[in-house]
Amino acid sequence: MFVEVARTGAHVELELTGEWRALQIADIEAALAAIGLQKGSAVRIGTQRLQALDLSGAWALREFLRRARGAGVEVSFSGAPPDQLRLLDEVEPGTDTPAAGATAAATLPEHSPWLTAIGRYAVRAGADMLEGLGFLGRVSVTFGRSLTSLRRLRPISIARHVYDTGLTAVPIVALIGFLISVIIAYMSAQQLRGLGADIYVVDLVAIGVLRELGVLLTSIIVAGRSGSAFAAELGSMKLNEEVDALTATGVDPFEVLVVPRLLGLAIALPLLTIIADLVGLAGGALLCRYLLDMPLSQYVHRVNYAISPSTFWVGLVKAPVFALLIGLAGCYRGMQVRDSARELGRLVTQAVVQAIFFVIFADALFAVFFMELDV
Amino acid sequence: MPPVLEVQGLVNRFGSQLVHDGLDMQVAQDEVFGIVGGSGAGKSVLLRTILGLQRPQAGVVRIEGLDITHMSPPQLRAVKARYGVSFQQGALYSGLTLLQNVQLPMVEHLELTAAALDELALLKIRLVGLPADAAAKYPAQLSGGMIKRAALARALSLDPSLLFLDEPTSGLDPVSAAAFDELVLYLQQHLRLTIVMITHDLDTIFRTCNRVGVIVDRRMESGTLASIVDNPHPWIQAYFHGERARARLGELHGA
Repeated sequence: MFVEVARTGAHVELELTGEWRALQIADIEAALAAIGLQKGSAVRIGTQRLQALDLSGAWALREFLRRARGAGVEVSFSGAPPDQLRLLDEVEPGTDTPAAGATAAATLPEHSPWLTAIGRYAVRAGADMLEGLGFLGRVSVTFGRSLTSLRRLRPISIARHVYDTGLTAVPIVALIGFLISVIIAYMSAQQLRGLGADIYVVDLVAIGVLRELGVLLTSIIVAGRSGSAFAAELGSMKLNEEVDALTATGVDPFEVLVVPRLLGLAIALPLLTIIADLVGLAGGALLCRYLLDMPLSQYVHRVNYAISPSTFWVGLVKAPVFALLIGLAGCYRGMQVRDSARELGRLVTQAVVQAIFFVIFADALFAVFFMELDV
Repeated sequence: MPPVLEVQGLVNRFGSQLVHDGLDMQVAQDEVFGIVGGSGAGKSVLLRTILGLQRPQAGVVRIEGLDITHMSPPQLRAVKARYGVSFQQGALYSGLTLLQNVQLPMVEHLELTAAALDELALLKIRLVGLPADAAAKYPAQLSGGMIKRAALARALSLDPSLLFLDEPTSGLDPVSAAAFDELVLYLQQHLRLTIVMITHDLDTIFRTCNRVGVIVDRRMESGTLASIVDNPHPWIQAYFHGERARARLGELHGA
């Protein structure tokens, strides 16, 4: 295959045959590598029976020629050397240029690779934090300026984001609200039944849903849905130079893209939280009816007794704060995207992870804060 | 010799919109065939159909005698290794360096050592006139003209005998576009390529194409450049006899 070898003493005749194409390159290389070369021998290559020789095939042949000449073998062609070899020489000027890997020669001194990694991480984290602060500042300034006129506040855009992040999330948020009450009710019923304190299941469901879990799980769902959507939308707009186009038109991308998203989410998330709260309480009623055989009137009475207006407000007041954290994380990461699709994926992931982290972290701060305030 | 590429009775329809209605086209070995047509005439749909990216409602597409419209995925994969495509915007993989972009088809279809991969890919990069140090760069770091060349290098990575170019010179300045035309001609002659290109660039058509196919009224009028120029169809007349084309026509008749 590909090459026929005939030896007479120190003289080797090679007859190239078949189609020397890129797709057969592995077999061609193997056939050439199998030819033994001794110093002082002479190789004659015939190409009359060669049916096709593409650039990759010619490259393999040239590699063979170099190897042969390097081993001190005299090589000649029985006819004219193939044109493709000349093309290779035209493309590659004289000496071999270094491979691309070698050009990235900025190697670091060989200290501890860990130390370097930790240092690099710290520097990056610091720079990222500063940049984040700059982003927050720019958003604040833009928001302040937007307040000066209704037109610059972009109410239509805000409405669109309330719809996208709020209305379309109602089914999933309602379902989550119901499931939370199921979890709390079952878990607490199992524990409290032994103590004969069934009635406290209602307290746990009402306080748990209203104060903490309704808003927290709604925020986590929204972080996954809308935090990622913000980052992906803005990121692909960056890649597509749409953000540059806005800036070049004299339109502030923060004013039309970032602030309306933040405001839209800040309106939508509290509303979603109220829905989650309502469904959670309704679910509690349903479960108490069938799990504890508690009539609805007793459930309502007990809920009334267990909670105060502040229980509801303590939960709800967190929603706009969480909304801003989610929106900021999503928009910030989205606006950082540049150059590549891989970067987009990395930053969208980061946006969601950070949004959820910020929400939980802020919730912990709120818990401590409300405890100190004794509400 | 059978045509390298043959399209017969192609019908493409999207909903109620009929894009191609019995389109025929033939490209012979070693030809440079230009596809011309107004915006929305279905040039891109035609290319996508030929590349096997979408199946037509009716008709046959044969590449080197093989009908690709009724092929199983493994057969189609084998055919796809035999042609190269350069997309309009380059479509370079943004997360990979230029070298890796050129290597990707090789890694998928060939069995090569890492060193051989590097050398062959660098060879292709130099072949299209890019400096070797561009190999380590990411697409976002390349200029528009370099991206066109890089896309060509990737299209050539498997040494295809058939090459598709979608608007190879769009968005280039006239000097770069002319240089690109020369590059295409150089490669066509030295690598014995058959080239099918979609282009709007009259300079490119007059410089590089042997034959031209114009998509009008959902069919294709094709022929040598000289015969197409004299085609009485009003769109073709407007295209080749507009203000922009006059200077070029003079050259054609003068030659």
